[in-house]
Parts: sequence; structure tokens; C-alpha cells
Amino acid sequence: MIRVQNLVKKFGDLTAVKDITFEVKQGEIFAFLGPNGAGKTTTIKMLTTLLHPTSGSIELDGLDPTVKAKEARQRFGIVFQDPSLDAEQTAWENMDLHGVLYHVPRKVRAERTEQLLKLFELWDRKDSYVKTFSGGMKRRLEIARGFLHTPKILFLDEPTLGLDPQSRNQLWTHVRRLNETEKTTVFLTTHYMDEADRVAHRIAIIDHGTIVAQGTSAELKERTQSDSLEGAFLALTGTSLRDESADPKAGLRAVARMWRR
Amino acid sequence: MGAIYILWLRELKRYVRSRVQIIVSLGQPCLYLLALGFGLGPVFKEAGRGSYLQFMAPGVVGMTVLFSSVFSGIAMLWDRQFGFLKETLVAPVSRMQIMVGRTLGGATVAVMQGALVLVVCLIAGFRPHSWLAIPTAFLFVVLIAVVFAALGTTIGSVLEDMQGFQLIMNFLVMPIFFLSGALFPLEGLGNVMKWITRFDPLTYGVDGLRGALIRSWAFHAAVDVAVLCGLALVFLSTGAYLFRKIEV
Ligand SMILES: Nc1ncnc2c1ncn2[C@@H]1O[C@H](COP(=O)(O)OP(=O)(O)O)[C@@H](O)[C@H]1O
Ligand SMILES: [Mg+2]
Repeated sequence: MIRVQNLVKKFGDLTAVKDITFEVKQGEIFAFLGPNGAGKTTTIKMLTTLLHPTSGSIELDGLDPTVKAKEARQRFGIVFQDPSLDAEQTAWENMDLHGVLYHVPRKVRAERTEQLLKLFELWDRKDSYVKTFSGGMKRRLEIARGFLHTPKILFLDEPTLGLDPQSRNQLWTHVRRLNETEKTTVFLTTHYMDEADRVAHRIAIIDHGTIVAQGTSAELKERTQSDSLEGAFLALTGTSLRDESADPKAGLRAVARMWRR
Repeated sequence: MGAIYILWLRELKRYVRSRVQIIVSLGQPCLYLLALGFGLGPVFKEAGRGSYLQFMAPGVVGMTVLFSSVFSGIAMLWDRQFGFLKETLVAPVSRMQIMVGRTLGGATVAVMQGALVLVVCLIAGFRPHSWLAIPTAFLFVVLIAVVFAALGTTIGSVLEDMQGFQLIMNFLVMPIFFLSGALFPLEGLGNVMKWITRFDPLTYGVDGLRGALIRSWAFHAAVDVAVLCGLALVFLSTGAYLFRKIEV
């Protein structure tokens, strides 16, 4: 369903993604695990037509998203790591706008919006402006919105960041159900090892823009002689801190990026 | 079509909901009418050119439409920063539709704003030569709005930060306004000034408005319409091209 070959992305003289190759099969839940700044978001942006790869090839359901952008976009849905809501509109309007952009018929749109807002406990705030929402509520709304249409491939970029355990549980239950009933292919990134361990069929560990290992959770543990995925992760990526602010240049870049976004 | 409509509607909702902003954006045209219309009025009359208020009111309407429409396009900067732009860029609709929806939304808001200022001018004492002139004036308001909303989208597609925004406001939008003949007659200008005004897109919009409202044409109506339509096409296609290239 997703086939990536020798994918590279450079920002000036920084190589964020260095020659990665992987494949995700139809109906699979695939997790990208990696420390901060590893290149996970950059990879997702290239897969979802938001960034042009420097080199390498991508195939989504047999289509090259750099050439057939619109056709490729018809096949996926995405929950972004960073905010992407319209704060000046209500929760309901945000859902509705998404539904229109994704060609969900009016009746289905209304039904599913109600269902999802109830599931993520936002129904009684449906007519409030998003700018009045707390961080957690915004996150829940982004996730509810991501489930409004039923794409063939679902990208989730650190979807549980800032979520309480209840919503986290709802999210993964929902993802699993979609995967089982609709055979949705899921590509997710996360910091939380237990989540990847629980939901992902296969895992790739990415560090400094390179895939250092991939396989099932059991395979990764066996390879590193660890008894937990966390142990395997640390064994593969080292224990040094990757907080972006640890590198002064990266800190500057983060500031610059804030302005550019 | 759905995508164009919903993005158009979004721009409209934002405008209608921000009542404070509506009031604030009326402030500047009112100031111009008051300070210049009444302040320079006597001098203008002395020079034998009649009422300055009559002369400048179409210019102030043009100015309002210019600022409002360019600004709506550049407001894409905020959508980029707050992340909403991404949401529309990954949707399964052509970027062309997204760009058109946004641009038409911005243009519609500018038309409404222009109409509002025309009402203010009427209250201040401005009188068109005939009430039948209003529909023709409306046509020119629409043309100005589309031209500059498209220009705004074009700029918004390449701007990445707030400094750029200041730059555009000071070195593009203000000159377009001041060099357009919105505030002074185009006849009897020095050669240099004459050519500069001829290169300013707003000149043709203001001339159309002034011609329609008080029957004072510097060019022919057909020339104004042709130039504005041509520019609309150029800006819309450049905008569409650059919008397609946006990376976030
Ligand atoms: N637009 C950009 N310009 C310059 N550098 C960038 C840009 N986007 C990301 N980076 C850099 O690329 C690297 C990978 O970032 P990212 O893909 O966001 O990591 P992750 O999602 O794994 O935390 C980081 O070092 C980041 O600073
Ligand atoms: Mg990331």
C-alpha cells in the first residue's frame, strides 16, 4: 500500500531524512518510532504531498504522490502532529468543512459528526469556537475530524500527544476497529513504546533520519536481547537526549520554523 | 464546487463575526474623508475644481477595496502559522479550487466593505450624478476586489513571515494607493508621474469608479474594464501557480 525507496529530504545543508526504504502492506498497522527530530514528521509530509522529496520514490496505492497529487490525496486521511484546526470556527463547523473537502455526503456527514463528537466527548461543546477549547479538547477534535471520512490509508503523527488516558484508549480502540472492519492501512508515529507495542503489526525505528531496524515487536526484542520494546528502542538509538534544544543550532531552527509555519 | 463554496463561506463568516474589525477597518476611510475631504476641500475649490469630497469619495471606496482584498489574501500567513492551511492542502481537491475559494471569499468581503464605505460617503454628503450609476460602480468595485484579492493570494503563497508582511504593506500596497489618482486628478501631471500612475492597477479601478459615479473619466470605460480584467487573469493564474507550489 505504501512503498518508499531511497527517500531523501534535505533542508539546506541539514539532511532530515537519509535514504530510507520501507514498505507497508494493505491492512497493516505500521509504526514509526524515533526520538525527537528523527525525521518522522518530515517523512509523513513527503508521503502526504506537503513536501517534495529531494530524491527517492514514493508509491501510495500504486500512485506517485509527487505526480498524481490529487489522486493520492483521495486515498489517505491524516492527523497532524501540529495544530491544524480553524480556531475562528466552531467544532461542528470544523467537522463540516472537513466533510465537504473530503466529499462526504451531507447526511452521512451530519451522522458521523454527531457520532464522533459524542465518542470524543465534545458533543455538548459542538457550537463553541475552537479558540475557547483546551489543548486536550483541540487534540480530540483533530482526531475526531481525522475519522470523519474513511480513507484507505490513515496517517497518525503522534496522535496521542497531550491526550488523557481515556481518550488515548478511545483512539486506539477506534483505530483497531477501522483496521479490522474496513481494512484501513495505518501509518503512525509515536513516542510511547507501549502504544506501538500494543497496536502496531510492524515497527520501524528511525534515528537521525535513518531506519536503524524494522520488524515485529517480538523480532526487535529478540534482536536486541531486550524484554521490552523500550529496552530494544534504547539499545538501538542510544540513551543520549535528543531534545532539539540540546543542539543550539536546532533551537534556532525551531524558532525560525515557528515563524515560517 | 463544494470546496470553493465552503472556503468562500469561511472567509465571509470570519468577516461577519469580527464586528470589531469591521468598525476598525471603517476608521481609516472615515479619517481620509474627514481630514482630506473637508480639510483640502477649500483649497480644491479655490483652484476651480469643484468639490473635493465629490472627487475623492470614489478614491476612498477604491482604497477600501484595495486594502481589504490584499489583506484577505495575505491573511493566509495566519492560516500557515496556526496550521489550518495544511488541512486544506492535503484535501482531495485541486489546489486551484482552494485558491479560487479563498480568493473569491476575500473579494466578496472587500466588495461588502467597499459598499459600506460608499454608504459612509453618502452620509458625509457625497452625491453620485445619478442613482443609476450605482450598478456600474458596483461592477468596478467587483473588478478591483478580484484583481487585488488575487494579488493578495499570490503574495500570501510566497510570504512566510511577518516581516514580509510589513514589507508588502509599506512598499507595495501603500504606493499602489497613493500613486493611483485616488487623491489627485490625473490630468496635468508631470511626465514621470503620468507614467507611474499608468502602471498602477488601481488607477484604472479608481478611474472607473469616478467615471461611473461622477462622470469624470480620465480614460475610456472600456479601457478600464479591459485592463482590470486582464490583470485579474494574470494575477489569478500566477496565484494559482504559486499556490500549487506551497510546501508547509
Ligand atoms: N522546514 C524545515 N526547515 C528546516 N529544518 C527542518 C524543517 N522541518 C524539519 N526540520 C528539521 O528536520 C529534522 C527532522 O524533523 P522532524 O521530521 O520534524 O522530526 P520528528 O517528527 O521525528 O520529531 C529536525 O532536525 C528538524 O529541525
Ligand atoms: Mg514529529
